[in-house]
Parts: sequence; structure tokens; C-alpha cells
Amino acid sequence: MGYFLQQLINGATLGMIYGLIAIGYTMVYGIIGMINFAHGELFMIGAFVSIITFLILGLTGLGWAPLALIIVLIVTMLLTSVYGWALERVAYRPLRHSPRLAALITAIGMSIFLQNYVQLLQGARIKPLQPVVKGGLQFLQDGPFTVTLSYLQILIIVLTICLMVGFTVLINRTALGRAQRACQQDLGMASLIGINVDRTISLTFVMGASLASVAGLMFLVNYGVIDFYIGFLAGIKAFTAAVLGGIGSLPGAMLGGLLIGLIEAFWSGYFTVEYKDVAAFSILVLVLIFRPTGLLGKPDIEKV
Amino acid sequence: MAVTQTTVILHTGLDIPKVLKEAAAIAAVVFALCFGLLGFKIEDVPGGLSIIQRFGAVVTATVLAFFGRMGVVLLREQRPLLVLVVALPIAVIGIVILITQPQYVRLLLFGSAVVNWLIMLFALGLAARAAWILWHQQPTAAGEQRADVMDRVGARVQQSARFVGPILLGLAIIFPFLPAADRRLLDIAILVVTYIMLGWGLNIVVGLAGLLDLGYVAFYAVGAYSYALLAQYFDMGFWICLPFAGIMSAFAGIILGFPVLRLRGDYLAIVTLGFGEMVRVILLNWYEFTNGPDGISGIPRPTFFGLPLTRSAPEGTETFHSFFDLTYSPIDRIIFLYYLILILALLTNAFTLRIRKLPVGRAWEALREDEVACRSLGINPRNTKLTAFAIGAMFGGFGGSFFATRQGFISPESFTFIESAIILAIVVLGGMGSQIGVVFAAILLIGLPEFFRELQQYRMLAFGAAMVAIMVWRPRGLLAHREPTIRLMPKSK
Repeated sequence: MGYFLQQLINGATLGMIYGLIAIGYTMVYGIIGMINFAHGELFMIGAFVSIITFLILGLTGLGWAPLALIIVLIVTMLLTSVYGWALERVAYRPLRHSPRLAALITAIGMSIFLQNYVQLLQGARIKPLQPVVKGGLQFLQDGPFTVTLSYLQILIIVLTICLMVGFTVLINRTALGRAQRACQQDLGMASLIGINVDRTISLTFVMGASLASVAGLMFLVNYGVIDFYIGFLAGIKAFTAAVLGGIGSLPGAMLGGLLIGLIEAFWSGYFTVEYKDVAAFSILVLVLIFRPTGLLGKPDIEKV
Repeated sequence: MAVTQTTVILHTGLDIPKVLKEAAAIAAVVFALCFGLLGFKIEDVPGGLSIIQRFGAVVTATVLAFFGRMGVVLLREQRPLLVLVVALPIAVIGIVILITQPQYVRLLLFGSAVVNWLIMLFALGLAARAAWILWHQQPTAAGEQRADVMDRVGARVQQSARFVGPILLGLAIIFPFLPAADRRLLDIAILVVTYIMLGWGLNIVVGLAGLLDLGYVAFYAVGAYSYALLAQYFDMGFWICLPFAGIMSAFAGIILGFPVLRLRGDYLAIVTLGFGEMVRVILLNWYEFTNGPDGISGIPRPTFFGLPLTRSAPEGTETFHSFFDLTYSPIDRIIFLYYLILILALLTNAFTLRIRKLPVGRAWEALREDEVACRSLGINPRNTKLTAFAIGAMFGGFGGSFFATRQGFISPESFTFIESAIILAIVVLGGMGSQIGVVFAAILLIGLPEFFRELQQYRMLAFGAAMVAIMVWRPRGLLAHREPTIRLMPKSK
């Protein structure tokens, strides 16, 4: 029981991270119908900006954890969202009316570019970070095994829930959210009724990038090591999560992320760590066979 | 008439604040991009990490972005003379200094010679464009016009494939005997031809059948491991294993094909990607069978009809050079490998060209265009898709076993997603469904970077940037020009 609970906690934490990345995928897919393959790299850049900011703060002596975390959060969201904006502007906007495969190739190209860019600037070695938030709650003594819910995990879960709530409000209540939903339904029609489509799409990328950077920060503080390659695997897992939840649906992305996180945690906890990726993908394949639009996705009716 | 019009444009007033604003906006973005990752570098120090600052580089990048953008905007606003007067001296002086005294440029710009060269070439490009505008008294061709020109070039290349094909083929055949073909060049050529073959194989799946496969490397891996494992456990030779490897890969293709039959587009892409990763993870972790991350070494070399291409033959056999009474030369083996992959690639090409004309090939292309229409015409989408997957995979398997025998050593490291991405990029960049486009794209993407091996760290960076640039420039691929495979009426002259 204790072991089960522990895996549940770990899986949920991981799932939150995947979910935040998956939202970026799902939003972009919803609006312009393409896989932003470089989205995982934004997550990686977010993690790198975070570690750099942490180190700078450490040098200046601003070591008080809550303040440092808030500063890092703001800095990484700001700087990474510029990357998201530039990504859209350079690689995707010129291709909006091109075959979809073209945009996929630029996305892969961008992903390769950004990986190597970070590797070139920051070196290829893995970067460890000292734990920022220590300690946690211990409960449910189960023989020698103690279930631990670290403060960090609480922080991650709470922060993700806050972001999700804020985000849902943004999408449902604000003018920008309305514009996004309109674009999601019909780009041409949206521009006819006076919505600035370019701006809306840019802002979607900016939002996706800032959420991914938060995920990067969480990954950094939770696992303590990053390198320039983390974006790839996290990216495809998050995309899997988005597809699993039903691509284009925001709650679906969160649910999918959570499921992938839990599957991974339980699989590594009860079976083998090595095959956790295989497990995640197998679940994806199964879901797609039996429910091709994902768990919360709307059925995609093909018109002839 | 055109001339007077453009002269009028040339004399309209220049909106200086607007130009400055635009340049400043770009500079601000570049500053924000560079500030975090370029401005600070994480350094390993004993007992943790430290940080060093590189503000100089950030400032340089921002200033360069400002003036570079300004140059581009000024060209757009028809002020070529100004751009020429500023950019040309900078480029010329810069390049001269770069050649003679690189350390001074290093002080002014960046520590890396490659980046400095790029900046100077950019300045030179601006100057050249300004000169062009001045000379012709009209703006350079707009994007659409250029696309049009390239479309025509593409169409012409496609039509002339009839001549270009044999010429290229002839070149490829005599290539090893050219005086310039040394060991290094031959190795590059083998690599390029391998990718051409893989590109042609994937073209069946992506270009003809329109199934977006992001996990092609899985079949490549299955082929390589089939051969390596058969050789290791049963001591079988290359030629017996080659068909086996193809069959195993085709089988893997069918296994992948079944679950994804109902999926299309991006869902298909992600599942195939997942499949590719799964194969790699299994190869990595099934230690008892595949030797895991250590890989398999000592994979036997192919023989020439039973004659090994080595210096000395094992007991009871004869070597290639002694049989033909030649002096032994280690390059013989490389040349043999080159011809081997060339033949395999040509086989793939011939197969594709022929099968396009068969009912199944037609069905693939019909399926690519419209699945619903296909279904209502009585084409069985399941079998059609499965054959495409299986046949595409089979060629991937052939390529894989060639890879294994060439390297003599394989490990899961060689079969990462990036390989799939490269092969897909070759197919798409070449222009989907175009056989000759694959050749050009492979030479461009694989051959060129190999020549710039010295630039190691910049290689993949440039690779990614090139993928983006080519796609933005030619969204339908370099030689995109789709001719219907069959017409009801012959083309009227």
C-alpha cells in the first residue's frame, strides 16, 4: 500500500510536467493543425534558462528558496516565450499555407537546430543542480517503507493546478481566449470577422512556450540534472499525452499527461524501469486502436 | 516603362523612424534570445557549477542584428546605394582580415571563426543584392516569382530525368576509378548512396502511399540486427542473410502496419515514431540476446561470390585478389562495398519505378490522394497500406544489413530518431514522390556536411538550419513537380 501510494505521488508529479508540455502541443495543433515538433526543445531551453538563473542567484547570494523560485519562474517564462515567438515567426509562419508535411520537416529541423544550439553554447555535459527545496512530509509508516511527499512535489502539483485554472479562465473568459477558440474553428472565418490571426497564433506559441518553460523548471528542480537532450524524450512523451487525451482538448492534455506519468511510474515501480517508454507507447497504440480520437477528443468526421 | 516606374520608387521618401523601429524590434528579440543562453555559460568547477558571463557576445549579436535588419529593410525600401556603400567595404575588409589576421576580428566579433565568416558572408550577400538592384534598376524577384522559376526548374529536371538519370548513373559507376576518388571520398559516397537507397525505400511509404512514417529507422535496425544476429548465432554469410533481413524487416513493417491501419496523418506519425523508439529500447535492454548498449562486433564482411576481399584467405578458400591475379589493395574492399550499395539502391529504384505501374502501385497513389474514394472504388485500403509498409520496410532492412556489414559493428546508438528524421527530410526535401529529388537531397544533406567534418560542432546546427531554410524556401520540396503517373489522353503537344 505504501509503495503504491509513493508511486502514485511520483507519477502524478511527473504527469503534471508532461501535462504542461502537452498543453503547448495541443493548443498549437488545435489552431494550426500541425505538430510543433520543436516544443520539447522549448521545455529544454526553459530548463537551461532556469539553471542559469539559479546559478546567478546563487552567486549574488539570493539563496532564499521561495524568492529564488519566483524570480526563476518569471525569468524563464519571459525568456523562453521569446523563443516560442521566434520559432513560430521563423519556421512556421512562412509555411502556414503549405503542405502539412513541410511544416513537420521545419519543426524537426528547428528541433535539431535548437538542440545543437544549446549544446554549442552550454556544452554537452549533464548539468547537476543542488536541491533547491528540501524536506517533505512523511506519513503512512508501512514497515521499513515510508511514503514521502516532498515539499517540492506539493509545490509542483499546486503550481500546475494554479496554472491550469488560470489558463482555463484565460481561454474561456478573455478576448484572447475567444480569439483562440475562433481560430481553432476556422482560421479564414476568424480573420474575416476582424480577429488578428497572426497575433493570435503568435500568442498561442508564446503561451505554450511559457508553460513548457515552467515544466522545464519543474523538471530541473525535481530531478536535479539536465542536458541538452532532455527535450526530445519529454517532447514525444508529452505529445503522446496530448494524443492520448485527445489532441486539441486542453483538459485532455492534462489528463493524458497525468496518465502517461502514472503509467511510467507504476511500470517502473512494479515491472522494469528499462521498458517504461515501451509501456507508455503501447498504451498509446492501444488507445488509438480502440478510440482513435483520444480519450476526450471530439470525433473527427471526414467529409467527402 | 518598367524602368521609369522603378526610378519613381527609388526616389520616394525614406521613412527613417520606421526603419529604425523595425531594426530595433529585431535587435530586441535577438537580445532576449541571446541574453540567457549566450550571455552566460555554465562552467564545471570542482564541487559544482559556476557561471561565466559573455556579455560582449550578446552586445555584438544585438548590434549585428540591428544593422543587418536595417540593411535588409533599406533594400526593401529601395535604398541599394546606401547598403552597397556600407556593406561592401565591411565585407571586403572583414574577409581580408579574417584571412590574414583572424585574431583582430575575434576581438571585435565572436571567438568562433565560423560565425565570423557567416557574418561577413551575410554582409557580402547584402552588398551583392544591392549591386544587383542598382544594376538592373528594379527590385530583386519577389518570393512568388522565384518560386515560379524554381517550379519550372523542377519540372525541367523531372522531364530531363531521362537524360540526367543515365548521366548520374554513369558518373556513379565510374566514380571509384576517378583519380579524385580516395578512401575518404569513397566512404562519403557509400554513405550518400546508403541514404539515397533508404530515401527511395521510404519514398514508397511516404511519397507513394502517403503514409507519414517517422519510425523508418526501426526497419533499418531490424535489418541490421537480423544480419548481425544470424551471423553471430548461426555463422551465416552476408548473401544468405540479406533476403532474411529483408523478410524480417517486411514482417516488422506488417506488425507495425496492423495497429496503425485506421490512423492517419499525425496520429500515424506519432505511433510510427513510438514504434521506432520501442525497437531501439528493446535492442538496448535485451542484453542476453542483442548485447545491449555494447552492440555486436565482428560482423562478417561480404564476399564476392565466395571470395573474401582480405589480404589472406582462411583455409581452403581463395581471396579475391589471388583469384583474379591482382595485387592486394585495401581499397578494393571499399570499392566493392560501394558497388554493392549502388546495386542495392538501383534495385530499389527499379523496383519502385516498375511497381508504380502495377495495380498495387496505382492503388498506393490513389490511396494517398483520397482514401474514401479508394474505398468506394473497391480498393482494399488495409492490404494496400500493409504492402506499402512491408515493401518500404524491406528496403530499409536491406539497407540495414548493408550498414551492419559495412561497419562491422552495430549498437542501438546508430538507430536513433534522428536517423528517421534525416531520411524523412531527404524524401520531403527532394520533393515527395520524386526519385531524382531524393538523390539531390541526399547529396545536399549527407554529402555536403560530411565534407565539413572539421566544423564538427556546427555540423548538426547547420543541418537543422538547412532543413528549415530549404522548406521555407521551397515548401513542396526542391524538385517538387507532380506529374500524373497515367493520363487518359496522351499529352497534347
